[in-house]
Amino acid sequence: MMRALRNQKVRGILFQILTILGLIAFLWYIGSNTMTNIEQRGIRTGFDFLNSTAGFSIDETPIEFSSTDTHGRVFLVGLSNTLIITFFGIILSTILGLIIGVLRLSNNWIIKKLAATYIDIFRNIPILLQILFWYNVVLSSLPSPKQSIDFLGSIFINNRGLYIPTPELNSTTISVLLGLAATVIGAIFLNKWANKRQEKTGQDFPVVLAVLGAIIIVPIIAYFIGGANFNFDYPKLGGFNFSGGKVISPEFLALTFALVIYTATFIAEAVRSGIEAVSKGQKEAAASIGLSSYQALKLVVLPQAIRIAIPPVINQYLNLAKNSSLAAAIGYPEIVTVFAGTSLNQTGQAIEILAITMLVYLTISLVVSAILNWFNHKMKTKER
Amino acid sequence: MAVYEEKQTLEAPSSTKGFIHWAKENLFSTPLNTLMTFAGIGILYYIIPPFLQWAYFDANFAGTTKEQCTGDGACWIFIKMKIDLFMYGFYPQEELWRLKTIVMLFIAMIIGLRFIKKGSIKFLIITFFFILSLILVTGGIFGLEYVATDRWGGLMLTIIVASVGIVFSFPIGIIVAFGRQSNLPIIRSVCVTYVEMIRGVPLITILFMSSVILPLFFPEGISFDKLLRALIGITLFQAAYVAENIRGGLQAIPKGQYEAADAIGLSYWQKMLLVILPQALKVAIPNLVGAFISLFQDTTLVLIIGLFDLLSTVTIAAADSNWLGMETEGYVFVTAIFWAFCYGMSRYSNKLEKQFDTNLK
Amino acid sequence: MENNNVIEIKNLNKWYGDFHVLKDINFEVKKGEIIVVCGPSGSGKSTLIRCINYLEQFQEGTITVDGIQVVDDIKKIKALREDVAMVFQHFNLFPHLSIVDNLTLSPIWVKKQPKKDAIATAMKFLDRVGIAEQADKYPNQLSGGQQQRVAIARSLCKNPNIMLFDEPTSALDPEMVSEVLDVMVELAKEGRTMICVTHEMGFAKKVADRVIFMDAGQIVEENTPDKFFDNPESDRLKLFLDQILSH
Repeated sequence: MMRALRNQKVRGILFQILTILGLIAFLWYIGSNTMTNIEQRGIRTGFDFLNSTAGFSIDETPIEFSSTDTHGRVFLVGLSNTLIITFFGIILSTILGLIIGVLRLSNNWIIKKLAATYIDIFRNIPILLQILFWYNVVLSSLPSPKQSIDFLGSIFINNRGLYIPTPELNSTTISVLLGLAATVIGAIFLNKWANKRQEKTGQDFPVVLAVLGAIIIVPIIAYFIGGANFNFDYPKLGGFNFSGGKVISPEFLALTFALVIYTATFIAEAVRSGIEAVSKGQKEAAASIGLSSYQALKLVVLPQAIRIAIPPVINQYLNLAKNSSLAAAIGYPEIVTVFAGTSLNQTGQAIEILAITMLVYLTISLVVSAILNWFNHKMKTKER
Repeated sequence: MAVYEEKQTLEAPSSTKGFIHWAKENLFSTPLNTLMTFAGIGILYYIIPPFLQWAYFDANFAGTTKEQCTGDGACWIFIKMKIDLFMYGFYPQEELWRLKTIVMLFIAMIIGLRFIKKGSIKFLIITFFFILSLILVTGGIFGLEYVATDRWGGLMLTIIVASVGIVFSFPIGIIVAFGRQSNLPIIRSVCVTYVEMIRGVPLITILFMSSVILPLFFPEGISFDKLLRALIGITLFQAAYVAENIRGGLQAIPKGQYEAADAIGLSYWQKMLLVILPQALKVAIPNLVGAFISLFQDTTLVLIIGLFDLLSTVTIAAADSNWLGMETEGYVFVTAIFWAFCYGMSRYSNKLEKQFDTNLK
Repeated sequence: MENNNVIEIKNLNKWYGDFHVLKDINFEVKKGEIIVVCGPSGSGKSTLIRCINYLEQFQEGTITVDGIQVVDDIKKIKALREDVAMVFQHFNLFPHLSIVDNLTLSPIWVKKQPKKDAIATAMKFLDRVGIAEQADKYPNQLSGGQQQRVAIARSLCKNPNIMLFDEPTSALDPEMVSEVLDVMVELAKEGRTMICVTHEMGFAKKVADRVIFMDAGQIVEENTPDKFFDNPESDRLKLFLDQILSH
């Protein structure tokens, strides 16, 4: 018996069994206490609450919602707001991050230092502080609706939000949207065709210029084809507030600005290390085989830089999604604020609600991990 | 065969060095570059003078009431009057000496530690300081008045949360990192699950969990201090990230080190603690300091669950009816403090990185 | 265990997954013998000696070292590793410890020796291998040859009966090989049992009692150094000797 205990495999198994037993005992202890406590406090269990009436209203609802809707619908509203802000946040922070990252490597000393200072400043201020700053200082110092700042008489900004005109969903808008979609799809095919042609005949085709041109020309043509009539719904001041058009709330604006500015610093650093990691020798080799600096950039530097920069950038996207939960501090109705916030207070069913909320984020995380793994796998097989 | 005369070492021609030359290279080398230089100067001109005007030239420093803030600039009198709130939260005035003593002791310790070589004594001193601070802050024994945690706030609370977080997440993180590397499948799965679940969710959900659900886990009698719940949440959250950083360090250790340690007869724990961990930590330190900086920034989230950290004191201070409209000054002040701490820590991390780079060649 | 045998390997078989890396090895070592094992890479020679101190586990067969059976038993493994020392190809010194600390680590923590005694022993062996003056330096401040000598001194600190060498000079720059081989030759003359996996034929000819040729997981030929090098019997050995001696 003692001899068996000295066997490493046996010890390993024993240790694991003890761990499992310990875990089970711990979970049992927690579980039974929770059951008792729930009963005593009269908290309900189960997921029926998802079908009960919420009884409160939400300000920003991308899908229809009224106070007579269920908590289940509250969840959907929150989820869609989370996804919307994540979506815009990702796009805007990538653009800003790319710009700053490239500027960081500029030859101009002032620009380089400005970019570096931007990064050093905003990376070291807590994101929650940035959100509150935008919300409480910048946006609240905007004027009241009657004294809104206006652009071209059709876009207004005041302390209730940003008001923009929205086009009616008619033949013109549909035509323009289709035109844009066609341009994007066309660009992909154009790129493929240009690459094939280059392989066969050696002739280069200016894909980037062509696409840039198309993005401008095609929608204009589509506009005219569609009837040349957007029929905008303009925001108009009536009484104390605006009606018509679309309003983007101060909460959304503050959250977006803060998230974009903060996340862009990390993306900028990732872009910078990606480009710097492509060693000087690569650029020298490219020059010595006669590539122009544009060609060197396109064919040698950027492909390698992107390969290195993409995993940390995608990680930042995930962080942005998680940071959107800080909306709870300013009341933007994303999932933590309305579902894990208000609904939880109303129903008291913290365990179920938090479990669902965490599951949502875990799913987003898993999706991002899967994308990263696919990307790493693709890169590994390319690098033989 | 030819023999050559030795050449003189000359100074570089004046047109290739000096400020003018540097400016030509870096600021005005091409038309585009010149344009960017002017754009950059323009941006600076647009931002810096107005800010300085507000923050310094037009600002009011002297006085005690809002009426004395006559200028257009910042009203720093507000900060001056509210400084105790910002620094110590609602800590009773009469007991503030205890906190100030801790600060003194801390400075003394930092200076004193430079003269002590032996690692174990350093460790003892730091532990002793930690325990002493805790006693001084809480009170209740040795004749010190008890100060409940709901009166703790401001920068002091931020530092307490961050320090406790880092101190306790460290050992937990080490154990989880070891577990993740283990070849016992159960241990490894438990550790992987823990790390991946924590890293997949925002800190706010963990804080909600620890502040709302944690009390349910224990029988009626045991009550959990609000601060304690936040500390547990933050520690468990941070431990997962520490574990990942240490795991990165562990992976950098060549297999040969494990083999050599085995070959000279060390047991598992002797091997991990004497040979593997010291090397892993050296590699992981830059990332660990980065994690600490994140933790310091994350302490602001406790305001969402009702604790009065440094960030929350801005709203509290500005809500005073005698001082309406002072949010901007408050936020600027608090921003400066956070920025100073975080920037300082990241510079320290850069210094450490350079040190370890040269050590571990 | 037979009278003079200090290592007995019987019907040893090892698989890495599906790959049969050691095929029915039968092999004895007498006390004080110096054995050199050579063969092409992938022949399993490193794997074989690593089985002796249980750095590698095996599925079939038995190994008995100095009366201790090599099995999955903590007590036995501990005793085994006190008796058998190993010198690695890549030295594997602990970079975060000074040279003297590298040597005293095991005596202090495993044998519970007082620090003073451990340091005295360490300095004695550092002197033995000729680097006493480097005692307070760190591994990365030493050359490869010096590091390997420290590694040998580290092994000597526990006064092992058996020393295993896994290609000790393969990672060294050519000019440092002889300083390490010289130390090994001196150790051989002191009567220790040594098993060396190495390509250094000069060393083999000088001190080895037997040379063993392994190929594709089995022992192909074994002989005294003279007969081994000057009169190889098997074709595979002839081919191998041709390849390494043509430099």
